[in-house]
Amino acid sequence: MKPLALSAFTASSCLGRGLDPTLAALAAGRTGLKPCAFETVTLETFVGEVAGVDEERLPAGFEEFECRNNRLAYLGLRQDGFDEAVRAAAGRLGRARIGVWLGTSTSGILETELAYRRRAPGTGALPGDFRYRGAHNTFSVAAFVQRALRLEGPAAVISSACSSSAKVFASARRAIEAGMVDAAVVGGVDSLCLTTLYGFHSLQLVARNPCRPFDAEREGLSIGEAAAFALLEPADRKLSAPAVLLLGTGESSDAWHMSAPHPEGRGAGAAMRQALAAASLDAAQIDYINFHGTGTASNDAAEARAVAAVLGTKVPGSSTKGATGHTLGAAGALEAVICALALRQGLLPGGVNTISLDPQLKVNYLRESRHARLDAVMSNSFGFGGSNCSLVLGKAG
Amino acid sequence: MSAPLTAWVEGVGVLGPGLRNWPTASSVLAGEVPYEATPTSIPALECLPPAERRRTGKVVRLALAVGLEATAREGTERAALPAVFSSSGGDGENLHEICQVLASADRQISPTRFHNSVHNASSGYWGIATGATAPSNALCAYDASFAAGLLEALVQARIDETAVLLIAYDVDYPQPIRSVRPIPDAFGVALLLTPAARPHSLARLTVQLCAAPAERLPDAPLEALRAQIPAARSLPLLRRLARSEAGAAMIEYQGSQSLHIEVSPCH
Repeated sequence: MKPLALSAFTASSCLGRGLDPTLAALAAGRTGLKPCAFETVTLETFVGEVAGVDEERLPAGFEEFECRNNRLAYLGLRQDGFDEAVRAAAGRLGRARIGVWLGTSTSGILETELAYRRRAPGTGALPGDFRYRGAHNTFSVAAFVQRALRLEGPAAVISSACSSSAKVFASARRAIEAGMVDAAVVGGVDSLCLTTLYGFHSLQLVARNPCRPFDAEREGLSIGEAAAFALLEPADRKLSAPAVLLLGTGESSDAWHMSAPHPEGRGAGAAMRQALAAASLDAAQIDYINFHGTGTASNDAAEARAVAAVLGTKVPGSSTKGATGHTLGAAGALEAVICALALRQGLLPGGVNTISLDPQLKVNYLRESRHARLDAVMSNSFGFGGSNCSLVLGKAG
Repeated sequence: MSAPLTAWVEGVGVLGPGLRNWPTASSVLAGEVPYEATPTSIPALECLPPAERRRTGKVVRLALAVGLEATAREGTERAALPAVFSSSGGDGENLHEICQVLASADRQISPTRFHNSVHNASSGYWGIATGATAPSNALCAYDASFAAGLLEALVQARIDETAVLLIAYDVDYPQPIRSVRPIPDAFGVALLLTPAARPHSLARLTVQLCAAPAERLPDAPLEALRAQIPAARSLPLLRRLARSEAGAAMIEYQGSQSLHIEVSPCH
C-alpha cells in the first residue's frame, strides 16, 4: 500500500489527557488502573477511568449528543492541537474531502442503561429526555466528531468489538487510495458502561487485580476507556520530521468462536502477515510489537503462538493494557497512537503489572521501558466474533 | 468524491415484509405481482452447528439468510469472500434484555447475551457458519447504513481487487426502545459485488456522491418500507436491478447527500 502520514495524533486515557502524560506514564512504567468506583458498579475489579469526563460539557448546539462517550470524544479532540490540525487540513483540502472513520464498541449505551432505571412505573416508558440517536446509537460518536470538526465528507463507525479502531485505519486508507477522500480523521472512543463491566464479568474474563498481560498468573482483563485520534494524509506532502507513517494494514476473521480466539492464533497470524506484506517489510524489520495482550488466558496464549509463528520469538513486545486497561473499541487507535509515540521518541514501552512471565508464551516480553531507535512497529487488535486487525507503522525517511 | 466507484452485482439476497427472497422481491419490484405487506418471516439457520444456532437471535438469522441467498450460486467460495456488514443498530431485543437486567437489583447478565451484543455478531456467526476467514467489517451509519456499507464494499472491491459481500440489515426494536427508534419490521439485503464483469453479472453499478434528495418509490407501501427501515433505503437500487432497467437510482446517504448509482444491466 501507499504509506500514509499520521500528520496529527492524540490520545487520552486513564494515563492522562494528551500525549505528554501518556508518554511520561509509559516511560516511567506507571499504571492508570484504579479500584473500580464507576457509577454504581459493585464489582471487585480495577478500571482505567479517564478523570473528569462527566465534568466536560459539549458546546452549545450539541445537546442532542450529550453522553459520556461523546464527552470523552470532545475531551480527546482538543488535546495536542488535534482539532486545530484538522481545521487546517480542512482549509487546505476542503471539508468535504476529509472522511471520518471511528471505532467504538458500546458508543453511548450507558445513557440507555441509565434511562432503563428511570422507566415509568406501570407503562415502562423511557424518560422524555432520553435521546436515542445522538446519545446511544453506535454511529453517534462519528456524527458528533464530524460535526464538532465541521467536516462534510463521508463518515462511518466501525464496530467490530475490540478491533474496531484498528480497522478504521484500514478502511480510511482504502478510501484515500480510491480517491474517495483526500484525508481522514480516524480513531476510537469507548467509555465505561455497565454492559461491558458486567458482561466481561459474566464471561469470567475480568481480573480482580490490575491485569497482568502475559503473566503466568494472569487472571483476566481490566476495562478502561479512551479517546484516540489520528489525521491520515498521503505521505507525499512535505511533513514535519520525524513523521510517523501508516505502512501496512491486515485484517482477517477467525471463523471459530464468538468470544474465544482460535487457539493457534490462526486469524491473528493471517492479519499480521497481511500487514507485513502491505508494508513490504520482512518480519525481521519489525522493531517492536504492541500486543493485543488483554491478560486473559486464551488471548495471550493464542497471540503468543501467532507472533512466534509470524515474527519469531526475538522481537521485543509488550502489552500497554497493564497501564491503560483494555479500552475495547478504542484500543486499536489508542495503541496505534502509543506506537506512533514510541517511533517518535525511540521508546519501547515496558508492560506494567506483569511480574512472572508465562514460560509457555514464547515471546520476548518487555517489562521495563527502554530507549532504542525504532523504524517499524506493529500493533495487534483482536475482537469478539473473531475479528482481527494488525497495523504496521514506521518512521519517514 | 472525485472518481466514481464501479462494481458488478453478481448475486442478490432480500428478506423483508412481504419479500421473502430475491425472486419474490424481484417480481414485486418489477411490478409483475402486487405487493402484500406481510410480516417478515426469518427462516431457521441450518448452516450453524446446533449449539451456535440456539444462541442466535433474529438479527443474526436475518443477516445470514440474505448473505446465503446472495452467494448461493454454485462455485461461489464463501470462505474466501470478504464481507461488509452494516446495520443501523444491531440487535434491539438483546439490548433490551441486557438493559433490563442491568436496571434490576441483580445485574448478572447472560454471557451469551453479552457476546451477542457486539455490533459484529452477525459477522462472527457468518464466519462460523461459512468458514470465511477473509476480512469482515461491521459498520454503522444510522439511517445511512446501507449507503455507507455500499461505499465501503465498493472501495474494498476496487483497492483489494476482490469480490465483496455486502450485507445490510435492521430489525425492529421491542418497547420501550421502539418508541424512540420506531423501525416497524426486519429488512435485510445482500449484494455480491465483483470488481470486474463475470459471466453471471447482473448489472454494473457506477456510484458517486451527489447533493440531491434520495429517490422515492412510486408504490406507497414500498415507499413506506423504504422510509421506515434503514436497510430498505436500498429499494430504489433493487427496483432497477429487478426491472433490468438502465438508469440512475438515488439512495439516501448523509446530510443532504445521496448516492447516485448508475445501473447498467448486463443482459
